[in-house]
Amino acid sequence: MSVLQHALDLKQSSATSGMAPAGEAVAVAKLIDISRCIGCKACQSACLEWNERREEVGVNTGYYENPHDLTENTWTLMRYAEVEQDNGDLEWLIRKDGCMHCADPGCLKACPAPGAIVQYTNGLVDFISENCIGCGYCIKGCPFDIPRLSQADQKVYKCTLCSDRVAVGQGPACAKACPTHAIMFGTKAEMTDWAGQRIEDLKERGYQNAGLYDPPGVGGTHVMYVLKHADQPEIYSNLPKDPQISPLVDLWKGVTKPFALAGIGLMALLGIVHYVRTGPNEVAPEDEEQARRTLENPKS
Amino acid sequence: MKQPSGTLARYTVGARVNHWVNGLVLVLLALSGLALFHPSLFFLTGLFGGGILTRVLHPWFGVALIVTFAGLFFRFWRYNIWDRTDTQWLNRIRDVLAARDENLPEVGRYNAGQKLVFWLMTWLILILFVSGLTLWEEQLGSYFTIGQKRVGAVVHALAAVSIIGVWIVHMYAAFWVKGTTSAMTKGRVTGGWAWKHHRKWLREEAAKVQR
Repeated sequence: MSVLQHALDLKQSSATSGMAPAGEAVAVAKLIDISRCIGCKACQSACLEWNERREEVGVNTGYYENPHDLTENTWTLMRYAEVEQDNGDLEWLIRKDGCMHCADPGCLKACPAPGAIVQYTNGLVDFISENCIGCGYCIKGCPFDIPRLSQADQKVYKCTLCSDRVAVGQGPACAKACPTHAIMFGTKAEMTDWAGQRIEDLKERGYQNAGLYDPPGVGGTHVMYVLKHADQPEIYSNLPKDPQISPLVDLWKGVTKPFALAGIGLMALLGIVHYVRTGPNEVAPEDEEQARRTLENPKS
Repeated sequence: MKQPSGTLARYTVGARVNHWVNGLVLVLLALSGLALFHPSLFFLTGLFGGGILTRVLHPWFGVALIVTFAGLFFRFWRYNIWDRTDTQWLNRIRDVLAARDENLPEVGRYNAGQKLVFWLMTWLILILFVSGLTLWEEQLGSYFTIGQKRVGAVVHALAAVSIIGVWIVHMYAAFWVKGTTSAMTKGRVTGGWAWKHHRKWLREEAAKVQR
């Protein structure tokens, strides 16, 4: 794992400009091979365990998901979908949901607090809690609906891809706990290669549409899935088909910012120019005289 | 209380207090909002005790603004109804800006520019309030979808920039037209000021005094 040494050099930081160009580091990735997942939730437990999080005991709504959605404590969640295929087969599709660690992270783009969201040169996207102000802009920026605001401390949490473990050459806790090696961790190149072999196997087994989920709309992701039905990712509990940063977020965080400040500056400048050209608009003594007459005799 | 002769009462104490509290809240909103709007203005969070407190306070300032502005709205709305003279005045905006008052129709209590500021403030504050609700993650985060929040963010930013523009016009007009600020500080204006800028209003007030 020596290739992961530069794990904690910063590549991007929220609301920060003029950063020194980062050195090159080997991109890492987590590969989730859904075809090998048995839905045991060991990854979910390992995540809570390593990150010292606890979930309240929930209620049963007649389904396997527990809790029912990602929370400020549950950074990864097994989602279960029963899908009836056209040929009548019933498939139980289980997806480990969580942060995808986008190469072009919408959360980081939306964040107004300097250094609250960072991207390391190896590709991990991390929330730095002490800089987080709890505004929830990242929630609007994320194309995957991942960050959750904690009601306990009003800060936002999500999967860190175990940046603390990766920094010292370990794989993430979920990958370590997975009993079927459905979760793999390594360089992005290795993981892409490995996924290629798995996809070939799946195709031989008759899954013609097997493929790798590494969506280009967000510049690729550092969490990738091997899907048996890569042509229709939506069937995996609404995995977006072509995720990208919303054009509204681009507008809000893109052209609006400089143009708005320039517009305000221009207004102030116009005021100064007008004042210098026209001079103060003053009341003349004749006006006071006219007013006095009017007040004395309103009919005039 | 004895009033200086030749001056006219324009704003009551209540209206003035209401106006300045509203103005203060609007400035606090602009500063705390700009701090969260552009990273190069994030330092403004220092005025409010840091980023977290700025995030906490900004929406409450917004609630305060709606309340104080409601006071101004119900005091002044009936003086701000648009009439035909306002359109004529606005069509001669070049004469207005060049201070060629002789080419302008006689103006009542408010001119078209002031009325526009009033209505733009009213609508923009309403838009900012509603869009702001979608962004109040701490209190209302669970009541809106992410799609609604994204629209809210864009609308809120555009409306905020617009209202800062309206505010600059309001400030500049009061600064340029000498004698205006005393209306909001002392509550009174000179007769000459009224003759020059609000002649119809002066005549109405004079007629009242006569009765």
